[in-house]
Amino acid sequence: MPPSTIGRTAAVGAHRRPTPRGSAFEPLFRAVCFSAATALLAALGGVLVSLAIGGWPAISRFGLGFITSVTWDPVQDVYGAAGPIVGTLITSALALLFALPIAAGVAFFLVELCPPILRRPIGTAVELLAGIPSIVYGMWGLFVFAPVFSKWVELPAMSAAPAGSTWQTLVQGIPNGSGILAASIILAVMILPFMAATLRELLMAVPAQVRESAYGLGATTGEVVMKVTLPYVRRGAIGAVMLGLGRALGETMAVTFIIGNAHGLPKGMFDAGSTIASTIANEFNEAGPLQSSALLALGLVLFVITFTVLALARLLLRDQARL
Amino acid sequence: MAMSAARVASRRFANAVFVSFCALVTLLALTALALILYSLITQGLAGVNLDLFTKSTPAAGTPGGLINAIVGSIMMCAVGMIIALVVGVLAGTWLAEYAAGSAYGTVVRFLNDVLLSAPSILIGLFVYWTLVKYGFGHFSGFAGGVALALIAAPVITRTTEDVLKLQPTSLRESGVALGAPVWHVIRTVLWRSGSSGIVTGALLAFARISGETAPLLFTSLNNQFFSWNMSRPMANLPVVIFQDALTPYPDLNRLAWAGALLIATAVLTVTIIARVVSKDQHRP
Repeated sequence: MPPSTIGRTAAVGAHRRPTPRGSAFEPLFRAVCFSAATALLAALGGVLVSLAIGGWPAISRFGLGFITSVTWDPVQDVYGAAGPIVGTLITSALALLFALPIAAGVAFFLVELCPPILRRPIGTAVELLAGIPSIVYGMWGLFVFAPVFSKWVELPAMSAAPAGSTWQTLVQGIPNGSGILAASIILAVMILPFMAATLRELLMAVPAQVRESAYGLGATTGEVVMKVTLPYVRRGAIGAVMLGLGRALGETMAVTFIIGNAHGLPKGMFDAGSTIASTIANEFNEAGPLQSSALLALGLVLFVITFTVLALARLLLRDQARL
Repeated sequence: MAMSAARVASRRFANAVFVSFCALVTLLALTALALILYSLITQGLAGVNLDLFTKSTPAAGTPGGLINAIVGSIMMCAVGMIIALVVGVLAGTWLAEYAAGSAYGTVVRFLNDVLLSAPSILIGLFVYWTLVKYGFGHFSGFAGGVALALIAAPVITRTTEDVLKLQPTSLRESGVALGAPVWHVIRTVLWRSGSSGIVTGALLAFARISGETAPLLFTSLNNQFFSWNMSRPMANLPVVIFQDALTPYPDLNRLAWAGALLIATAVLTVTIIARVVSKDQHRP
């Protein structure tokens, strides 16, 4: 029974109870709560509508060419967003590819293998690290990671590539430590604690009987995880991975520092590129009228991509404990 | 057992590979994260001195600190938290107490979860479009606070709803049986018994917005000088860090590291307090 109907059944026995003092405010309170909830809905709708209205001049001017053309030229006032869109998808996919096995390994280690005395400290550390602002990851990428990456990975890989090979095409770019691959690695480091913490929560929610009966049948640790507990939380695990993907897609600061900020399609893994979020962060404040409309339209593209991913993630996670 | 020795050996081997993989990647992840903390602490401490808390952001080559950015960040976070607390607690209350089973409630709950992890830069664009471009007509600290509120409110809504749903129905019934109107029971009984959960949610929301950079870029912008005026562009730590880190000047870079250390310390402290507060409570 919804609690709100309780107050109305005031008649008890022969006595008619007086209406409680202050009950006149009940509908008002309810309306205030309702409008607060509606405000949240309006905010999400407002984001969509403002991006659509603001981006409309660019969308109507360039049509489908806006998402297929790679020419982003503020001087000629011509905007095609294929570069940032592809950059966003590539960096997020690579980040997920790097982070997923590691995050899963960390979660398995914490739930099944970790000595009990280390379980709490490591688990807490992972959770705390998930809360560190992304700008810190970005700064670390720019000042600490990039020089090391340039010297020990990019230069050797480029000088070792035989001329004309696929390998050489793949490692094209300027070996200054920033670029598509470097940004993907920093993104992976950033989403790693979050995904590990989420997967760990899911795996810990598996009933002990399920796990123990698998061990009782003689399964090894690897078999218990891969064939019993992981399939048990399958939906939730996919949802958690997609939440991580959603973070990577919309991440601004960790990427902007290290992706190199060049328009157009990246030619190789070490080449400078851009993502939707980094392009908006870099250009919005200095943009002319049509350029700022193009940036808002880019935001609309990002909204559609992330909304789809996040909505799917939430649908998959719905039956699990809410995360 | 009819299991062949070879099969046992191969299962053993597969398990050894699995176990060592898990241990190895955990070591790798912890090393990477330790390296980040190490650089943050060493580089950040190098920039911490008295000037940091007494002087405003400098031009390159002159001594300066971050006091204008620290004050700006605190003020904007305070505005954001006040708005987010009011909206979040009321919306969470509606979802938990009034929306049981309603279709609209399901929609709001679902979209609130989406808003919870929506890219913060899009929220910045939305606030720019509504408040900066058509509202005030210029960048302002208040617009920055509203952008932060939009990021914090879904978190608080979510925790409030979860906490209220954990309260036993008998608590509501006994309040109403004593003759109190429902809204009175919510205020004086349910909010009070769930207060530590709501406080935890608020602290986590605060930790989240204190490091947010992207939504402030187009709303509060930045300000080279100290200012209490929220209706004008306002300095704030994340944007100062962003701008100073991308300059080629070592002294500004050092200031950026010091700022990053301040934010990270604040976030970690708040998160730890939140964990302590929620310790004796059921974790939502």
